[in-house]
Amino acid sequence: MTTKRTFFILLQVALVVMLLTSACAPAAAPTSSEAKKVRVAVVMPSSITDMAFSQSMFSALKAIQAEMGGETAMEIVYSENMFKVPDAAAAIRDYASQGYEIVIAHGSQYGSSVQEIAPDFLKTTFAWGTDVNTFGMPNVYAYTAAAEEGGYVNGVLAALLTKNKLIGVTGPVEVGDAKTYIDGFTQGVAAVDPAIKVSKTWTGSFSDVALMTEAAKTHVAAGADVLTGSSQSVVGSIGAAKEAGNVLWFGTQADQASLAPALVVASQVYDWKGMIKEIIKNRESGKLGGDAYKLQLSNGGLMIAYNPGYSLPADVKAAGDKAIADIKSGAIKVEP
Amino acid sequence: MNELLSTSIFIGILASAIRLATPYLYASIGEAFAQTSGVVNLGVDGIMLVGGFSGFYVAMISGNLWLGLLAAMLAGLLMGLLMSFISVTLKAEQGISGIGLYMFGLGLSSLLFKTMIGTVKTIDGFAPVRIPLLGNIPVVGEIMFNQSLLVYGAFLLVPVAWWVLEKTTLGLKIKSVGQNPAAADTLGVSVDKIRYFSVCLGSVLAGLAGASLSLSLVNLFQENLTAGQGFIAVALVYFGGWRPLGILGGALLFSTVNALQLWMQVLGVNIESDVMVMLPYLLTIAALAIAVNRTRQPAALNKPFERGEN
Repeated sequence: MTTKRTFFILLQVALVVMLLTSACAPAAAPTSSEAKKVRVAVVMPSSITDMAFSQSMFSALKAIQAEMGGETAMEIVYSENMFKVPDAAAAIRDYASQGYEIVIAHGSQYGSSVQEIAPDFLKTTFAWGTDVNTFGMPNVYAYTAAAEEGGYVNGVLAALLTKNKLIGVTGPVEVGDAKTYIDGFTQGVAAVDPAIKVSKTWTGSFSDVALMTEAAKTHVAAGADVLTGSSQSVVGSIGAAKEAGNVLWFGTQADQASLAPALVVASQVYDWKGMIKEIIKNRESGKLGGDAYKLQLSNGGLMIAYNPGYSLPADVKAAGDKAIADIKSGAIKVEP
Repeated sequence: MNELLSTSIFIGILASAIRLATPYLYASIGEAFAQTSGVVNLGVDGIMLVGGFSGFYVAMISGNLWLGLLAAMLAGLLMGLLMSFISVTLKAEQGISGIGLYMFGLGLSSLLFKTMIGTVKTIDGFAPVRIPLLGNIPVVGEIMFNQSLLVYGAFLLVPVAWWVLEKTTLGLKIKSVGQNPAAADTLGVSVDKIRYFSVCLGSVLAGLAGASLSLSLVNLFQENLTAGQGFIAVALVYFGGWRPLGILGGALLFSTVNALQLWMQVLGVNIESDVMVMLPYLLTIAALAIAVNRTRQPAALNKPFERGEN
């Protein structure tokens, strides 16, 4: 009995100590130096190492921070793995009340939270996506990515590289930019050769890597020699492609070449930098929100990153580049 | 639909099912040991994550897959000791401490991954090994005898677990402690020691389950790699009636339907993907409603044992 009692007393002491030390943490204070530090907070639904959606936003912010001169010029704080909306809403509100000027709610499930919180902090800029709705508020930006455009280009390249005329798509949940990417991809393949079969599977989860791996293996067993897909769980698909040895991969949301240097042909990369720089600049002239941004090939928000480690035949690359140019000029219209 | 009946696709589905069932088998049979002795351990998913990470990390830096496997089992053992200390010695509420252990395991594995590895990397895990004679049997050989060592281990675990529980004194002690700990205590069986053993054994197996994912089936580690598979493993214990054979049946049913729905999607069968994803769960619930005899639950399950109080 005494062991238990001592343990509980120690536990209570530990809890009290923890509470006191966290309460005594220095409060976030604005810098007193000449240049005004830009303070950005971002809330994300998955991890910053997910090789997909969340990582693309985080690396863009980090890149801008480095460009601006480091931590003294731009402060970044983040909350990751905020898949549950109530958790994210608490984080968003917390950041706004701590005085962060730009609060990015990087997830399409955060819309209602932003709509509820933004009116309480009219001096804070809120940006959220992927969606188009700014709720008519002067301090809210919305952003989307036209994933179908890069999907189309990947589709063109894939169609030219498949020898079995069978391409596998391992999708997570049939929503949002996962769906638009795959729709664009299918159109790209059809534009090259309508006879090529594009087989799609949906695992019903953004995070179930084991099932995604098995889905990819199933495609390979059915004869596919080119695969694509989206979400953080495609690391499983890439692993399956690697195991099969000669199956090629096309990525989206982030540059996935590092996962299988010999097999990843190209990835559509979301580049949020242009948008974020504009948001920061707009604040200087007093504009806090109101625009809906769209990442596209034409505005540099989307990029096709060819993997230098994969030797792409020159004529295939030319076809890919032509598709990019045509989409930019409007000659090809990709339906999301 | 006729395509589904072609041999190569039939082989593909069942081979997938065998692979998908592997982590469930390790984790679920481990949990069956713990529950047979009377302790509910809901932290299985967290233990799988810590085991999966430890195995992956050690294998990555040492280049030796077996060392990785050992590390995964050790990590499982440590988590098991923690759970036993909380449930058996401190006699805390098992369900809640299990969930706490799950969250601890999830957080710890993610933290260690971020600080020690940083970004998703792949390794060359246990490759499929074809068993000499049996692997050449026409259809069955391809499905069952051309898998990785960890897959074979999971299926061999079933008869071994059955034999331990049904045919050894140890198994008898575990069952008695779970059915009637007071009586076992009067006969000189140390209830606490047996429960410690069962929970730790269960956790070592859960660590192995995590390693089967990171070292064999997906060959990488990512945060929250298991995505809740540990909880399905706990459910399979109930489904299987706390018997290894029942658990095998449940794991195979769930995994086969999962593999089947993937193949149906690949072949372009015209059913909504959302319905396909639901199929394994629907069929398992249906089977549970029809078939399982629920009176086999260990009588002392989820009740801490206090000598003199029962």
